[in-house]
Amino acid sequence: MKAPDPDAEMVRAARTGDFAAFEKLVRKYEGPIYTLARRIVRDRHDAEEVVQETFLSAIEHLKGFREEAKFHTWLVRIATNHALRVLRRRRSRPAVSLDAGPDDEGPLPHPEFIAEWRDDPQRIIRQRETRRLLDEALEQVDEKYRLVFLLRDVEGLSTEQAARALGISVANAKVRLMRARLMLRELLTRHFGDERRRLRPDHDHDAPGGV
Amino acid sequence: MKCEDLLKAINEYVDGDIDPGICKDLEQHLAGCNPCKVVVDNVRKTITLYKAGKPYALPTALRQRLHKALAERWRKEFSQEPSRRRTRRR
Repeated sequence: MKAPDPDAEMVRAARTGDFAAFEKLVRKYEGPIYTLARRIVRDRHDAEEVVQETFLSAIEHLKGFREEAKFHTWLVRIATNHALRVLRRRRSRPAVSLDAGPDDEGPLPHPEFIAEWRDDPQRIIRQRETRRLLDEALEQVDEKYRLVFLLRDVEGLSTEQAARALGISVANAKVRLMRARLMLRELLTRHFGDERRRLRPDHDHDAPGGV
Repeated sequence: MKCEDLLKAINEYVDGDIDPGICKDLEQHLAGCNPCKVVVDNVRKTITLYKAGKPYALPTALRQRLHKALAERWRKEFSQEPSRRRTRRR
């Protein structure tokens, strides 16, 4: 069963021409969409353009929105389209595809820094420098991995929805998501991990009872 | 099962989207492999942190520009005045 869309009522009101209802939706999502855009295009001005284009497109296509997806998911897909357009324009290769490269099949990024974190995520979130740290880690992750992670784990799209938004196969999205998660784990653990309790990676052993 | 196998299945495992038979093997491995246990925990916390992180606030100038542009587009799209008008006709 799909969870009901918390925005359904507001979206219906907007579709009948209620601008105040639409503005409420914009206020709710402008921050998250701006954040997503900044993390994809990595430039504030380009991110601003993406935000504006996203909500303008939303108005344009609102009448055709069939509520098959949640409003938030729909908006994320529109924003992703605009952000990808910016990336393509920047590369000045209009038809560049984000799809499979051979490096999707390279060796897995093996965990090197393994340690319990010193703090609970709920406490870390409240620390001032956390957002910057999270963004710095994201910037070190290759674009194609980063995009899947942002859509799937930050925005909460399903793997299928994320794959569709990026125009890649579901299998590809899964591999990229795993790589992104492992890379980010490595980067964040170097920061939040407890050095004193660091464990040695042990890639090849068989666990007792697991043989 | 080896650590490498756990890594390959780590997505499905942390998402709880895994075949029960494989899940049992993984859990057996985790029970005897502290590094893997910590890696799984680290991955879960990494996701939690990104999911719960605060979004950036829109710069004020952008917000003003955005809402003005949206009101204009709304007028065109719905061929009517937005219900909350900012400008007064003289």
